[in-house]
Amino acid sequence: MTLSAKDVAEIMRLLEQSSFDSLSIEIDGVKLNLQRGSTAPVQRAVAQAPSAGSQQPVQAAPPKAKPPSEPGLSEVASPLLGIFYRAPKPGEPPFVEVGSKVEQDTVIGIIEVMKLMNSVCAGVRGEVVEILADNAALVEFDEILVRVRPGP
Amino acid sequence: MAIRRILIANRGEIALRVIRTCRTLAIETVLAASKADLDSLPARLADRTLCIGPARPSDSYLRQDTIVQAALGVKADAIHPGYGFLSERAVLAGLCEQEGVIFIGPTAAQIEAVGDKLRARAEAEAAGVPTAPGGAVDNVREAMVLGRKIGPPLLIKAVGGGGGRGMKRVDRLEDIPSAMELAEAEAGAAFGDARVYLERLVERGRHVEVQVLGDGNGRVVHLGERDCSVQRRYQKLIEETPAPGLSADFRARLHSAAVQFAARLSYRSAGTVEFLVDLERDSFYFLEMNARIQVEHPVTEAVTGTDLVAEQIAIADGCGLRLKQDEIGPKGCAIECRINAEDPARDFQPSPGTVRTAVWPSGEGVRVDTHIVSGSRIQPYYDSLMGKIIVHATDRPAALKRMRGALAATRIEGVATNLAFLSGVFTDPEFETGGVDTSYLPRFLDRRRLAQEVRAHG
Repeated sequence: MTLSAKDVAEIMRLLEQSSFDSLSIEIDGVKLNLQRGSTAPVQRAVAQAPSAGSQQPVQAAPPKAKPPSEPGLSEVASPLLGIFYRAPKPGEPPFVEVGSKVEQDTVIGIIEVMKLMNSVCAGVRGEVVEILADNAALVEFDEILVRVRPGP
Repeated sequence: MAIRRILIANRGEIALRVIRTCRTLAIETVLAASKADLDSLPARLADRTLCIGPARPSDSYLRQDTIVQAALGVKADAIHPGYGFLSERAVLAGLCEQEGVIFIGPTAAQIEAVGDKLRARAEAEAAGVPTAPGGAVDNVREAMVLGRKIGPPLLIKAVGGGGGRGMKRVDRLEDIPSAMELAEAEAGAAFGDARVYLERLVERGRHVEVQVLGDGNGRVVHLGERDCSVQRRYQKLIEETPAPGLSADFRARLHSAAVQFAARLSYRSAGTVEFLVDLERDSFYFLEMNARIQVEHPVTEAVTGTDLVAEQIAIADGCGLRLKQDEIGPKGCAIECRINAEDPARDFQPSPGTVRTAVWPSGEGVRVDTHIVSGSRIQPYYDSLMGKIIVHATDRPAALKRMRGALAATRIEGVATNLAFLSGVFTDPEFETGGVDTSYLPRFLDRRRLAQEVRAHG
């Protein structure tokens, strides 16, 4: 048995309503650690679900992200607040386009923080389906940059 | 006004406090918030909120590059740093200067000058402001020589910062070597600067500070003093103005010393010059200058009818000092107390969690600065300040009465707080008399503990 994103969202909702601050589950080798308001690494699916500490009506983090075009997509979120660049240099072709095949370590863009360039990797193998962040735009921490359909 | 949009690089009640003033000035606010604070009251009330990083302050609120990048990214004209976090980091002020973003506060050079406690001491001496007998000590031999000259009890203090860290009391000269080693290790760990200095320890001292505003060109006004002697481990709990029981002459000398010090630095923005009032010698010594807006600023606002954040913004905007010294006439008495999410029964340990109910007082002469409402979460990553209750009345007895009423009307459920403890202080005869020294709160705690034990065994 595996946990779907929906299952995780449901578990999070239950935790949210409980008086507990953290929850650990292990099912058939799948480990899930949830913590209220925590930033501890959690299973990837969790990052797609509503943020834990939320006491407002559930909203995906970040709030402005448009809903995914199909279920089961992996999200590549920005590790930093900064300026997002799709290409290594102005005028050069972008790192990825919709339809690009990516590996875990494929660079999908650059985040500039005060002239310091930080590359962002896909973190998952598959195909780029959506590119949400505009070139040279300010992106927030945890803002979804691209969505990838996991694949072989 | 050139400042139309301000990035607020802080959280909690002070972020909300800045938002409130910006609203009255029709200035747009952008809040730089960590992921854990995206649902906070300030995040909901700011015109825009940017998520700058994870909950941990070192990954969000303490990242100066991210803060300046955020300000540039949203085209903010200025950054308000609040207190704590990056408010007194010369690097942030310098980065702002470099990038053309207005830093609402002093210059980087001024922050550096007061951040180094030895340098601040030297500036005070040069400005003719009294300092406690003492000075720099580079090694144990020097410390022994100076210690013998001043005589115990002594205090070894860190050059790089305050807050009680890197500070050691020495009662016998032979304890200097071990105490110095400890102080240096602590200072090095806390401030990345192991230098220490030696000062006479004032046994019966009161912490009295003076609020100043400077235009950056040598003009400085003061807005009276605040007595912050009710402290626990260097954490202020209750602040009031005027300082009880000081003569008009003594008070005037304190005020002019603060103005002299700030004027010597051509200080810009709001700042506070802290003094230790030595009750036995009827004198005062310069302690340090805080180059920021302070937690306890509302008591000064209450008696002077000013908005210090608005003045900070005006000065940053190049409007200079709008207040004239002879027009600042403090009226009445104001007292503030800090409501913290901490448990007095467990040695004031922080008590994070969800606030089930928060009912704050209101009414004439009562002000509450808070970001906590029913349902708010107290994050374990940040300080435990939930809010401040400020009362203002014609005199101290009336203000005390008002505070007791305000505390009785406050209800916080879901997390442990120091509410009942504070109520105890406000009905304590010694505090009611006024003019307590900094050893008051520990003594009050001992008495309280004793009374509880007697009750338990009696």
